[in-house]
Amino acid sequence: MDKVKLYDLAKTIRSKNGKVDLVTFDIIFKDEKSWEIAKNSKVFTKENIARLFNIPQERIYSFVYFEEGKLIKFSIKRKHPCGGPGDTDILGAQWYGPLLDLEIPLP
Amino acid sequence: MGVSKNPDYIIADSGSVDIGPQALGADTHVSPEEWQRHDLELMFLASRELNVPMIIGSASDTGTNRGVLQFVRIVKEIAKERNITNFKIASIFAGVSPEFIKKKLESNVRIEGLYGRPDLSYRDLERTKNIVAVMGAEPIVKALEVGADVIIAGRSCDSAIFAAPLLKEGYSEAVAWYAGKVLECASFCAEPFMGKESIIGTIERDGIIVEPMHPIQRCTPSSILAHTIYERPEPYEEHVPGGYVDMRDCKYEQIDDRRTRVTGMRFVKTPYKIKLEGAGKVGERAFGFAGIRDPYLIKNVDAVINWSRGKVESKYGKEGYMLFYHLYGKNAILKEMEPVKKDPHEIGILIEAVADTAEKALDIAHLATRWLFYARLPLVKGTAGTCAFPFEEALLGKPAYEFTIHHLMPSSEKEALEEIFSVKVEEV
Repeated sequence: MDKVKLYDLAKTIRSKNGKVDLVTFDIIFKDEKSWEIAKNSKVFTKENIARLFNIPQERIYSFVYFEEGKLIKFSIKRKHPCGGPGDTDILGAQWYGPLLDLEIPLP
Repeated sequence: MGVSKNPDYIIADSGSVDIGPQALGADTHVSPEEWQRHDLELMFLASRELNVPMIIGSASDTGTNRGVLQFVRIVKEIAKERNITNFKIASIFAGVSPEFIKKKLESNVRIEGLYGRPDLSYRDLERTKNIVAVMGAEPIVKALEVGADVIIAGRSCDSAIFAAPLLKEGYSEAVAWYAGKVLECASFCAEPFMGKESIIGTIERDGIIVEPMHPIQRCTPSSILAHTIYERPEPYEEHVPGGYVDMRDCKYEQIDDRRTRVTGMRFVKTPYKIKLEGAGKVGERAFGFAGIRDPYLIKNVDAVINWSRGKVESKYGKEGYMLFYHLYGKNAILKEMEPVKKDPHEIGILIEAVADTAEKALDIAHLATRWLFYARLPLVKGTAGTCAFPFEEALLGKPAYEFTIHHLMPSSEKEALEEIFSVKVEEV
């Protein structure tokens, strides 16, 4: 089956603090076609995101498909609040890295 | 640029919890005063020239009383230098004493943890150095009603500083709070992505038209939608004291190449609650740094770290301090969440030590760094040293803090105005 990387389907893939205890992710798709591919691929589920980041599903705080915006939004609960000892990404700005290489099967 | 459009208000948010707990815990600011003065001067001169109010929220990064007093001082200094008189300046304080919160706990008020935090305990409160309450629009409306020309507010909902003038002018809560949400991050609601450039919101009875001021930026339905979900876990709701804006049924209409109109927002009332933010000191913090290039050591980097940690433990034991090895090149950012497992050809190790005293933190960071150099693994060929130092010392940083409070406290508009946020107005 042919596959495409998320990098090529989305125009924005970002992560940022959702206040102090969460990091929230936005994946905004390029166009209607990319959005349909992503939605129908069944890649974007709580289970798969939890597996990608090697965390239990309980740490995924919300997971929403946002039809009007052609985007997917989810949040991951931090182990410790932002900026405390041991935190190396105070703003949560680089957590999105692993998403870029996600492979999405083409229909 | 925005000033040439003759706005009725000039507004900017100045603070955030995104910068981490250090600034709130130590009650200091992260941006240098010179930068703060630069921005305040631009806004203040324009607001006096147009004779329209200027409103600053979450003054000086933290929105503590220190931040408010600092910004008021800076504005007064600018006024003096420029010979500007005859204006009213309002300070709105958002600092809350631990005693106030303690009394709430003593009278069994449940202070609810946000996003999975447990409810506030005495222990959390004891660990806290500084607390701010996050204001809604009421205190700012009050300052506008007494004719303030310059409003320096402590910690505020980002959207409240925009909603307040609209509520005072009689617009609906839905339009006022939505406008606040969409305008609070300046040109982050426009595309292409740039820094925080100015934007103009033109308010209508049942909606808002958003227009960027930077010549190459555009506000489109998708850029606005993308921003309204930014930095927040709930995509459709913006929560503020006393309710939330429901954005589920918003309609986005592109008016021309650069402007978009949004309508259809609703405001849903909920019990009045105020958010509290607090931070406390964990300890003194020191850092070291080392690099590894030997593929054998990289493959066995966990053993290298165990070696170093063991040496620290033989002097200090296992408890009473914190020691982290951040493996840059491998998984420093995501740690156990990192899906890429293959070994890099080079690793940078940032050593972070936190302890009661600066001496101890420095000693732990130094020992941990030094023992990376002497890791005795069985198959090491490079017997002269097992890491590379760009400098051979431990560096003392600022103390480590953590967010101890991120909670909702049941309250009322009356309590907010009379007991939590105080408004002081002076003539200059």
